[in-house]
Amino acid sequence: MSLVIGTQEWVDAAMQELNTSQTYKEAAKKWEGDMYVIIEPEGSFKHRIIGYFDLWHGECRSASVVKDESDKSPQYKISGSYGVMKQLLAKQLDPVKAMMTGKLKVKGNMGQIMRMPRAALEFTNCVSEVDAVFPE
Amino acid sequence: MWYFVAPEVVFGEDALSHLAELQGRSAFIVTDQNMVKLGFVDRVKEQLDKAGIATAHVFDGVEPDPSLDTVKKGSTMMRQLEPDWVVAVGGGSVMDAAKAMRVEYVRPDISAEEINPLTMGLDLSARCKLVCVSTTSGTGAEATWIVVLSDTQAQTKLGLGSRDVMADIAIVDPALAASMPAWVTADTGMDVLTHGIEGFTSTFKNDISDGLCIKAIQLVFQYLPRAVANGDDTEAREKMHNAACIAGLGFGNSMAALAHSLGHALGSVFHVPHGRAVGLYLPYSIEFIGEGREDLWDEIAHAIRTNVPADASAASVLAEVIRDLARSIKQPLSVREAGIPSGEFDSAIAKLVDNAVADSQLVSTLRVPSEAETEKLFRYAYEGKSIDF
Repeated sequence: MSLVIGTQEWVDAAMQELNTSQTYKEAAKKWEGDMYVIIEPEGSFKHRIIGYFDLWHGECRSASVVKDESDKSPQYKISGSYGVMKQLLAKQLDPVKAMMTGKLKVKGNMGQIMRMPRAALEFTNCVSEVDAVFPE
Repeated sequence: MWYFVAPEVVFGEDALSHLAELQGRSAFIVTDQNMVKLGFVDRVKEQLDKAGIATAHVFDGVEPDPSLDTVKKGSTMMRQLEPDWVVAVGGGSVMDAAKAMRVEYVRPDISAEEINPLTMGLDLSARCKLVCVSTTSGTGAEATWIVVLSDTQAQTKLGLGSRDVMADIAIVDPALAASMPAWVTADTGMDVLTHGIEGFTSTFKNDISDGLCIKAIQLVFQYLPRAVANGDDTEAREKMHNAACIAGLGFGNSMAALAHSLGHALGSVFHVPHGRAVGLYLPYSIEFIGEGREDLWDEIAHAIRTNVPADASAASVLAEVIRDLARSIKQPLSVREAGIPSGEFDSAIAKLVDNAVADSQLVSTLRVPSEAETEKLFRYAYEGKSIDF
């Protein structure tokens, strides 16, 4: 059954995906820093969804849905519009290409990202793996 | 959606004279001591003089596999001298260092290690333009937005890049590469081949870059053995110089892949020349990706008029053809042949795997190896054993 994006069940499933992916574990084994995944409203989709993930050395230590962006101060933020996120979840858009063409915005310590580019990629892949639908 | 980015390319005999047409105030020349000794820097200055551009400074301290510290030294000088042109004269190390120095000069808020393809709008050329004068026929750095730097403390190579760091002008004058010794010609030529093949088979391959990659591969098979065998073969020299730039334009817009990740790792630990390292791993990478993309290997084999028997794998056939080429130009076919003692290799294996797994080029590899597979790849290539997993 598909989970609804923006719910605790959704971030829990993403966390589980991260913690069971050997590929993520290896790619992110030196990664240190928490992350927001932000889905921006677009068109008739009026929600702003923020998922928070505490990432440390290839593990996701906790995950939650955040109502207000100022609730936490993560070191990294990945954000994209509803349309872009929908394409990613449907595997119609490659996450790296999305990042490199600016459709997915990445903010944070770019020095660390460039030392572990696959960590960011595999994180996005894992989150995209969750069978999920957008809220009405 | 994707982008194809390229500089203005001035190529062929006397291309260097294009520098006399530039407009500007002062140029900061980035180079190495060998280029100064060979008189290439004087030739560049002569053309800049004709253009009425003063030479603000010649920074000749770029080492092979340039470090973040070297970039910092150059950019600090640039900030004092405020040039409106950076002129890189050399091979890939010099050109990559110059790209990074310009970033730190124009955008002091960004350090070289932060250069990344995700942050756009650096707007470098409005303040300072970059011209890359290529003196080797390999890296194609004059036509790519890739920057490879070394973090000497961490013993690792950083695969950085941004479309914004692309040179404004690339000068591809074959006379500047005519004095390369045979071994450099061979090393750099294998780099061209690796760029062509990986650019054509990366996950970012695209219609615009495909033709460039294929043309570069064809030129390498046709002219590299001639250029290595006889340095006075001016036609072969010119074709290889063009091939390097063409491959740069190709793979620079579709990315490299696994052979580069492995080669960067080897180079960062054992300082094997870049082209030799990536060329060595190329056939192993093809075998590893293998039958997953037979169509692509078959297309390359067809382009170089190599027959793939009906009962054979195109990946295996292509890997062997590449080994034949490498053998003919006296390139090592294994890491052992490259002169790395087995004890030193064994001691470094964990570091090699760590570096390869973290390398940015793995992002665009058709089949990404796990850590265990990466170690096996290194061990097989050490022994010269074809990949069977």
